Amino acid sequence: MTDTPDPKPIAALADEGPTAPPRSHWRDVWDQFKTHRGALAGGIVLLFIILAVFIGPYLWPYDATFIDIRARNQGPSLAHPFGTDQLGRDTLARMMAGGQTSISVGLTAMLLALVLGSLIGVLAGFFRRLDGPLMRFTDLFLSLPLLPLLLVMVLLFREALNSTFGPEQGIFILIVVAIGVTSWMPTARIVRGDVLALKEREFILAARSIGTTNFNLITRHILPNVMSPIMVSATLGIANAIITESALSFLGLGFPPDFPTWGRLLNDATQYLQDYPERVFWPGLAISLTVLAINYMGDGLRDALDPRIRGR
Amino acid sequence: MLTYTIRRLVLSIPTLLFISLVIFLLLELAPGDPMAQVPLTVPPEVKERMREALGLGEPTHIRFGKWMWQFFVVEPLVFTDHLLGTTLAEGQQRVLSWQFRSPVMDVIVQRMPQTLWVVAMSYVVGILIALPIGIYSAYRQYSLFDQAGTFVTMVGYSVPPFFSGVLVIVIFSVELGWLPSIYDTTLVVIDWETFKLQLMQMVMPVMVLALQTTAQISRFMRASMLDNLNQDYVRTARAKGLSEWTVVMVHVLRNSMIPVVTVIALGVPYIFGGAIITEQIFKVNGLGQLLITAIQANDLPMVQTVTFMIAVLIVMFNIVADVLYGVLDPRIRYD
Amino acid sequence: MTLKPILLGATALVGLASMAMAERGSDGHVNLIYWQAPSIMNPYLTGGTKEREAASLVIEPLARYNEKGELVPYLSDGIPTVGNGGVAEDLKSITWKIKPGMKWSDGTPFTAKDVKFTAEYCMNPEGGCAQLAKFEGVSEVEVVDDLTVTVHFDGPQPNPYGPFTGGTSPIIQAAQYAECTGARASECADENFHPVGTGPFVVDEFRPNDVISLSANENYRDPDKPAFATMTFKGGGDATSAGRAVLETGEFDYAWNLQLAPDVIANMEEAGQGEAIAAFGTLVERLEMNLTDPSTDLPDGERATTKHPHPFLTDPAVRKALSMAIDRVLLTEVGYGKAGKPTCDWVPAPEIYAANNTHCLEQDIEGAKALLEEAGWTDSDGDGVREKDGMKLSVLYQTSTNAVRQDFQALIKQWWGEIGVETELRNINASVFFGGDPGSPDTFVKFYADVEMYANNFDGTDPQSYLASRTCEKIPRPATQWQGENINRYCDPEYDALIKELGGTAELSKRGEIAIKLNNMVTKDSNVIIPLVHRGRVSAKSNTLGGVVMNTWDTELWNAADWYRIKE
Repeated sequence: MTDTPDPKPIAALADEGPTAPPRSHWRDVWDQFKTHRGALAGGIVLLFIILAVFIGPYLWPYDATFIDIRARNQGPSLAHPFGTDQLGRDTLARMMAGGQTSISVGLTAMLLALVLGSLIGVLAGFFRRLDGPLMRFTDLFLSLPLLPLLLVMVLLFREALNSTFGPEQGIFILIVVAIGVTSWMPTARIVRGDVLALKEREFILAARSIGTTNFNLITRHILPNVMSPIMVSATLGIANAIITESALSFLGLGFPPDFPTWGRLLNDATQYLQDYPERVFWPGLAISLTVLAINYMGDGLRDALDPRIRGR
Repeated sequence: MLTYTIRRLVLSIPTLLFISLVIFLLLELAPGDPMAQVPLTVPPEVKERMREALGLGEPTHIRFGKWMWQFFVVEPLVFTDHLLGTTLAEGQQRVLSWQFRSPVMDVIVQRMPQTLWVVAMSYVVGILIALPIGIYSAYRQYSLFDQAGTFVTMVGYSVPPFFSGVLVIVIFSVELGWLPSIYDTTLVVIDWETFKLQLMQMVMPVMVLALQTTAQISRFMRASMLDNLNQDYVRTARAKGLSEWTVVMVHVLRNSMIPVVTVIALGVPYIFGGAIITEQIFKVNGLGQLLITAIQANDLPMVQTVTFMIAVLIVMFNIVADVLYGVLDPRIRYD
Repeated sequence: MTLKPILLGATALVGLASMAMAERGSDGHVNLIYWQAPSIMNPYLTGGTKEREAASLVIEPLARYNEKGELVPYLSDGIPTVGNGGVAEDLKSITWKIKPGMKWSDGTPFTAKDVKFTAEYCMNPEGGCAQLAKFEGVSEVEVVDDLTVTVHFDGPQPNPYGPFTGGTSPIIQAAQYAECTGARASECADENFHPVGTGPFVVDEFRPNDVISLSANENYRDPDKPAFATMTFKGGGDATSAGRAVLETGEFDYAWNLQLAPDVIANMEEAGQGEAIAAFGTLVERLEMNLTDPSTDLPDGERATTKHPHPFLTDPAVRKALSMAIDRVLLTEVGYGKAGKPTCDWVPAPEIYAANNTHCLEQDIEGAKALLEEAGWTDSDGDGVREKDGMKLSVLYQTSTNAVRQDFQALIKQWWGEIGVETELRNINASVFFGGDPGSPDTFVKFYADVEMYANNFDGTDPQSYLASRTCEKIPRPATQWQGENINRYCDPEYDALIKELGGTAELSKRGEIAIKLNNMVTKDSNVIIPLVHRGRVSAKSNTLGGVVMNTWDTELWNAADWYRIKE
């Protein structure tokens, strides 16, 4: 017992330096996202749909607007795997062409509404002075009747946009803006509600007390914590945008009538529900699949962004 | 809290006046013509005469002033007359619809029963289904129940009512013949038999509408619960030995309600005028159908009155939501 | 509250005598569905077809048109003609005799004073009467005695049967409406919802834009009619669901105006609950060629005005080629089935006025190509679109939003593409398109497009005012607030002169000749109007509903008094 061993530090206390290179925040997020099976599956399905509708038309012999009147109302066959419609247009070609429009409109309109809604919601919730005016502004937008509002927008901007961007691009911008501008309000109110509660929490107080600027407070502390309602709004928003687009064309405010979109295909086919049920099936399936895929991706992204879950 | 509520209520008056002006100007600017549905066989000179008879010849500000007077003074007087049997509103011009040439308010009152029976009921049903689904899905995240719930609600949300409505009619009215496809607004519930009829004609529209509500609210409920279930206070509560039920249903739920309350409050005003497509498919002819036909016929007094009443509800329910925030989370202070 | 005694009476009758074949009210209840809901029961305050139909159950004119377009007396005692002395030799007056013993539904007698009052009610300048055109040229309505009334006109009236005939000008009760004339017309909500009438039914409850409950009129002139004691007139929804309710589920007995694809109707009929019935009037779906330049480059007051002729649609060869490229037979088959007939005429009926042209029924793509080639329109740059002097044959083709019209647009676009004409399609919300808002660029009168498609017809059986719509003075222009019926801006002095001649001609066969000539001038000869389909109206009736005679010259419910329940 006399020899006193060299005092060695406990192994755990030994400072051995980092074993792995430092990892970026986004790398962590991606790693977590990868482990979420639903999110991965959703991503793959969405990627597949996007590839199919944007590349498919180059591989498929039929044009979406080509009418072969002798081949009308056909069921699925080798020449027309999805059948043909009441004018003999190939349904597969129309689904692909329609998907291009529906996905672009859905994604852009949803993003526009999301950005507008989150911005206004965060500002109103965070800065007390802006709360009143911004929320009254939201009330105003919630109160405006949608249809006359859209009619006025078409009246005021269609010709101007058409001459600047060409008829198709012009109407695309008009529709995206119309849907975006009329659907940001729920997101704004939901985000504001959450922010109101968040900013009274201790960690915000702590961050503020060490002198964090407002901008950093919002981007680093507030926004990540309101991610989940924003994600839900996003998934619901994309479904909403696709359906709203079809309602717009139904009212004659949307794309030119020979321009297929998923919403319109579904709408047109509803009349033939009993006689040709498969015609309703495809657009319905496509919209549902897209929405589900985005929903699962949203779930995965939300989990990945939550540091408490990421550690597990 | 009380002073806050009172302040908000007082402030809502100028807000609403401003909103009514904006709605009026918007309708004024919107293209459209109350004579659009008159057949082309009626010559344009006659149509011009008819427009003048509706008062369209007068300048905008005079017509807005007239509407304000009729809506804010005459209509309340008519209401008091109706309650107390007085004759305050005798000889006063009320807000008249251009389509019906009758007071707008009378028609709105007439549409209330079916709107409440069908649209409001579906909203309540939707919420009642959505909350448990949302809570349990979050509590057992990624369980079979959660996956099934997610699938059904998202498919339900992405299938629009113009399709799901027709689908249920084809299945339950045409193929099976169980339920009526046309809603009878003249049915008065007086006994068990008529109550059964009422239930039968309500079932399809209520379910189609409730599907949308359920999808939306259950998603928000689930997401918000998930955010809270991992918080430190939940661990503390469990460590204290509180029962699982108390932890989830009292502590977590209360803290998760803020976005859900917002969504629910946002949806209430749309009971009165938002269920256009479903009302049309089942021929419920509630306020939504009234609003859309008025818009199509360019019946401006009707559109203005209905949208303004919806605006009042929007502002009021947003105040309710704000007050509820304070109740749910006492840390939120408004003063 | 009149409902109860009738109901009791009806059940008593049924109980007493099962042999009662045609007792009033013996057949119980009948359900009608109109997918466009009536908003008022007074056709003078709205021009809408749905209101006219609903009102015709309650209020009646002196005479109606039957399914062949012939006048049949209703409240009058025979039809006045020049032959029987009812119409003056100089065509300046017409004298109607009223059937003795006619009663209003409140039991008071129907007299000539009510007829005179109706004319005054509509002709009141402040009332905004929708049927004012029916009273055009009327200088005075004179009450000769209680049962005789004479209508005096400003000048000779070749067609004196305008006022008080057909569904558009029924007689309203003077006693009820006395306080509702002029500016007060719109304040009489109760009167407008519950008119006192002479028709087979009376209104028990009116819910605007929703549902009307009616019951048999106790004072109806035929004691055995109507066979139904009560009626529900439901409104709202869409054509598909209305058709389904009659043809598939059998919940309703009659559905009005099923604007549906022919195969959809055919499939519904297979359910065996009812059948679709069709009849033809004068409605023609047509293309209008804009003869003025709608280019966006022009300043707003000059766009689509006669100041700037259209760069290529003024070329008759182009218009003719556009017409030749269309397969009308196929269009009809795809869009209307048995509710349509391919046509080359702007005035397709009645027989005496119909030109019955057949030149356009055969599609001729090659001929159209050759015609364009000959006229100098060639595809010189190989992009598939013909041009001449740098002007491309590229048209903007607009119409209202409607599934069948959009199918037509797609088909016609394809055919025009085959002959080297590029087409851009646009569809516009019907309430904007058919509206007269001078501020909107999208109305059909403003015509800020090259080609547009819609349907129009004329009221009654005389096409004179319809033909007169293509005279030069009726061109819509900024000066008239874009009012005017000459949609395509056609202007030909010869045409105007012929219209004048028609106005001065009374002899029917001569009128027919002139009308046919006028019709050909705008269709066959110049193709400024390209008729596509002569559209009929399709309604559906249940197999158990008898007595229905489909009629497009008057309202569909013109003979509702004769309807009965077919018993198995």
